[in-house]
Amino acid sequence: MVQIPDDLQYTSDHEWIRHEDDLIVIGITDYAQDALGEIVYIELPGEGDEITKGDPFGAVESTKAVSDVYAPVSGDVVEVNELLLDSPETINEDPYGEGWMIKVRPYDPAELDELMDFEEYTEHTEKESEE
Amino acid sequence: MSRTALYEIHDKLGAKIVEFDGREMPDQYEGIREEHRAVRSSAGLFDVSHMGEIFVTGPEAKAFVQWMTTNDVEAVKEYQAQYTLLCNREGGVVDDVIIYKFSDDEFLFCVNASNTDKDYEWIKAESGGFDVSVDNRSREYSQIAIQGPDSGRILGKLLGDGLTEVRRFRFGTFKWQGIEMIVARTGYTGEDGYEIFLPWDDGPALWESLMKAGREYGIKPCGLGARDTLRIEMAYPLYGHEIDEDINPLEAGLGRYVKLENGDFIGRDVLRKSLEDGLTQKLIGFQMIERGIPRQGYDIYNEGHLLGSVTSGTLSPSLDKSIGMGYLKSEAAGRRSVKIEIRGTAREAEVVDFPFYKKEVN
Repeated sequence: MVQIPDDLQYTSDHEWIRHEDDLIVIGITDYAQDALGEIVYIELPGEGDEITKGDPFGAVESTKAVSDVYAPVSGDVVEVNELLLDSPETINEDPYGEGWMIKVRPYDPAELDELMDFEEYTEHTEKESEE
Repeated sequence: MSRTALYEIHDKLGAKIVEFDGREMPDQYEGIREEHRAVRSSAGLFDVSHMGEIFVTGPEAKAFVQWMTTNDVEAVKEYQAQYTLLCNREGGVVDDVIIYKFSDDEFLFCVNASNTDKDYEWIKAESGGFDVSVDNRSREYSQIAIQGPDSGRILGKLLGDGLTEVRRFRFGTFKWQGIEMIVARTGYTGEDGYEIFLPWDDGPALWESLMKAGREYGIKPCGLGARDTLRIEMAYPLYGHEIDEDINPLEAGLGRYVKLENGDFIGRDVLRKSLEDGLTQKLIGFQMIERGIPRQGYDIYNEGHLLGSVTSGTLSPSLDKSIGMGYLKSEAAGRRSVKIEIRGTAREAEVVDFPFYKKEVN
C-alpha cells in the first residue's frame, strides 16, 4: 500500500508539495517511486535556477526508464538536495523525507491553491491504478 | 491480455508486472540490479514463455531453412543450435532467431515474442515451393531460462549427468518426472545457461523445482528488466531497437551470421550489393563520460552535426557506468568521441568496443 500523507499538496504528475514558511519543498510521491522501481539516477536544477509551472525541472531514472519531474508552480530554486545526486535510491527509501528534491520560492502563492489535496490525490492514484 | 502458465507464481512472488506485446510479464521481483548480479555471479531464473516456437518439418526442411535464413544451415549438426536472421527482400531484418536442428527433416525456430505471428506468416508464405510443413506451436510450450555460472550444477540436480554432454549451442531431449523437455545450452545473458522448452502446463512444476534446487546457490527469479540490462552489456541486438525491417544485419554488425557464399537466401543479393556499395550506417557502442543515461531515440552529435541515434541504453549494473548502442552514419563510424543529446544538452561519450562487459577469467 502506498503512503499518502494528509498534510501535503499534490500534482496529477505525482509530485508532492510541503509548505515551509514562505518556501515550498518539492519531491515525488511514494506512488511515483514505486511505479519507477529502483531509482539509479537523478537530475535536478541548480540553486538560483527558475522553474516554470508545468515544465520539467528535473528527471528521475530507473535502470529501465526515465521520468520527468514537473514544476507544480513557478518560482526560484533556493535549495537543492545534493545528497540525491550520489544516493538517488534515497527517493525509494524515504520519498517524503530525506528524498525531497528542491526548495522553491513561489512567484505567485495563488498558484498553490490549484494543487490537489490529500483526498483529491488519493482518488487520482486509485483511478490510475485501475487503468 | 494473455498470461504465461507461470503468471500466478510471478504474482505470488510480488513481481512488478508489465505489459509486453499484449502479455502480462514480470519486469522485476526484487529489483533489476540484484537480479542482474545474481545471473553474473550465480544463477537467475527467467520465464520466457512469451517467446515463439515455430516448427519446420518435412523432406525439404533443410533446403527451406537455408532459403529463409542468412547463416549457413549446412554447418549445423543434429541437436545443434544456430543464431541466424530472417531477412526480407530488401535485406532488412524480419527477426533474429535461434534455430534448433533435430534432423535434416525437422527444425525448431525460437523467435521473438512480438514477432511470432509475423514470422509464422512470413515463413508459411515462403514455404509453398518446398515439401515442408510450418507449424506455430507457441501456445504449446512454456519456456524457462536458467542463466549464470551455477546453472549447470542446479539443472544437473534435476536432470543428472546427461546434462554435462550438452555443450554450448547444443541441445538434448530429457525426461524429468515423466515430462519431455528440450534442453538447450543457449541464452541471452552472456553467461553459461540453458533454455528449456516443455509442455505449457508443466512450466510451474519445473520453475518451483529449479528454485528449490538453486536455493543453496542463491538463485533469484529474474524479470524482463534484468534480461534487458544483461543483453545490453553483451551488446546483443534486440528487435525493435538495434534491428528491424529497415536495418540490414551488416549495418548491425551481424556479418558473421550472414553467409553470402553458402547458398542462396531471401535478401542475399541486396545484402551483397549493400556491401559492395558501402554500408550507410554502422552500430557502435559508447560509454558516457558526462552524467546521464542514454535512451532509445536520443540523438548522437558531433560538433553540431547529427550523426545518428541511440537504439538502447542503460546504467550498466556490472560496470556501474552509463552505456549505450546506436547507429552512426558511415563517414562518422571511425570516431572515438561523440555527444549524446539528453534533455536538451549535448553530453560527451566515448566510443567503446563490444561487448561492454567482459567476463573476468580467473
